[in-house]
Amino acid sequence: MSDERVARTTGETVRPTAGGERQVPFRGGGFRHRPLGVVSPLVFVVLILVWELGSRWGIISDIALPAPSEAFQAFMALVETGMLWKHLGASLYRLLIGWTIGSLLGIAVGLMIALFSLARAGLLPLVSALFPIPKIALLPLFIIWFGIGEGSKVATILFGTFFPTVIATYGGVDNVDRNLIRMGQSFGLSWLSIVRKIIVPGALPAILSGFRISASIAIVLLVAAEMIGAEFGIGAYILMAGALFATDQLIAGVAMLSVLGLTIGWLIGRAERVLLGWRT
Amino acid sequence: MKIILDDVSHRYGETEVLKNISFSLADGEIVCIIGPSGCGKSTLLRFVGGLERPESGKVLLSGEPPAGSLNPLTYVFQDFALLPWRTVEGNISLVLEDHGIRDGKAREVIDDVLARTKLTDFRKAWPRQLSGGMKQRVAIARALSVRPAVMLMDEPLSALDSQTRELLMDDLVDLWTREGFSACYVTHNLAEAVRLGHRIVVLSRRPGEIREIVEIDIPLAQRLDRLPELDRLQRRIWTIMRDEARAADMEIADVG
Repeated sequence: MSDERVARTTGETVRPTAGGERQVPFRGGGFRHRPLGVVSPLVFVVLILVWELGSRWGIISDIALPAPSEAFQAFMALVETGMLWKHLGASLYRLLIGWTIGSLLGIAVGLMIALFSLARAGLLPLVSALFPIPKIALLPLFIIWFGIGEGSKVATILFGTFFPTVIATYGGVDNVDRNLIRMGQSFGLSWLSIVRKIIVPGALPAILSGFRISASIAIVLLVAAEMIGAEFGIGAYILMAGALFATDQLIAGVAMLSVLGLTIGWLIGRAERVLLGWRT
Repeated sequence: MKIILDDVSHRYGETEVLKNISFSLADGEIVCIIGPSGCGKSTLLRFVGGLERPESGKVLLSGEPPAGSLNPLTYVFQDFALLPWRTVEGNISLVLEDHGIRDGKAREVIDDVLARTKLTDFRKAWPRQLSGGMKQRVAIARALSVRPAVMLMDEPLSALDSQTRELLMDDLVDLWTREGFSACYVTHNLAEAVRLGHRIVVLSRRPGEIREIVEIDIPLAQRLDRLPELDRLQRRIWTIMRDEARAADMEIADVG
């Protein structure tokens, strides 16, 4: 008997009836992101198109901002004369050496601060005191210490990437689940095993997101360092273009930096997918 | 191997957490420690496994662990404590690697413990792919792989839903019937205690003192068929605990 009634009520649709029944209003929408893959390239394309058309129609003055096509021509000139590889090669070399050594030292010191009380007490205040110093301000000192050649440029990038990596590393280790470490101890794992197999993998997500920040800082510092006494390098190229008011070359150089940043970000994303595959 | 707790007391700063705890755990025996929340039962288990030291009193071992035991005192944790970046297999091999068991030998041990916990098909699975019950089975397999003399189980079923808990209790009873391991089993759940314990140590609220030690002489395998007796027992222990639990509840409300 009651079954019959249930069947009848659920069988009916929920449109308003004489009894004044109505559907519960839905209010759970919003605050959620949908993946819209086409939007981001579209924004770039539209922006460049508006810019190009603006230049062609004379809305944007050629002196104020060169058209994207002119910047592209400047870029093609670099490719044709073979100067692109000289500039790019010099910059990538400095970036690679400075960032790699800075990151490795940063991870080492970060681990020390995280694992040893003495290192934490001694080094952490030092890191906090030196991190906010703009490394560009120290560039003259670096030139005196490491020479006007590659040394000072690599050192600027190295110091710039070192501190954020230290902070990302020790922060990451501090956030490793204490229960996992206790588990390791309870199974009699050696200190080194606990560090290698529990602490470092646990801190890896934080270290990799630190890499994103330190890579961007490295690119900023690269240009600053190359503005003093560099013959080749994207920074030197931009500086030269700026001095000659060759704004098309300037835009081409800045675009190269942007692409460099995007490429590094993409590479770190790939590394995250390989190393942190267990997360998804 | 036998574990003897001799007059163990402990305080954290000003707060007395455990007071004059003495009991022993013999070979092949499951001792359940039960008490209201905050009575120091998990702390007590950490003393037994040597993860923390009591302020006074001793935790003693008598007799040698069985030959081939790699880690005589082995924990099973409430939150499973599996490494999310290692597969089921990798989580077990983690605790073997340090004992020099690798490759072929490790594979043999892993095959064996996975078969014993009915996990053979999950060998390559990641922890995130497993339900809570399966994760705890993996943790139990990991514990078995080091051939423990005593398993120290810290609320192992408390993070699971009641159906899964029921299933895992059956599995534990099966395992004990086959292998006769010894265990110190901390729980706040009376039903678990009367199903799995040969003896139940009932603790008072903080500072935790032993209120009573209840022996249950019904064989583990028969307990499901003798539920009325267990029920009576459970109610008896509950009358011992009820006032303590209520007082502990009020205590927390006071602090809050």
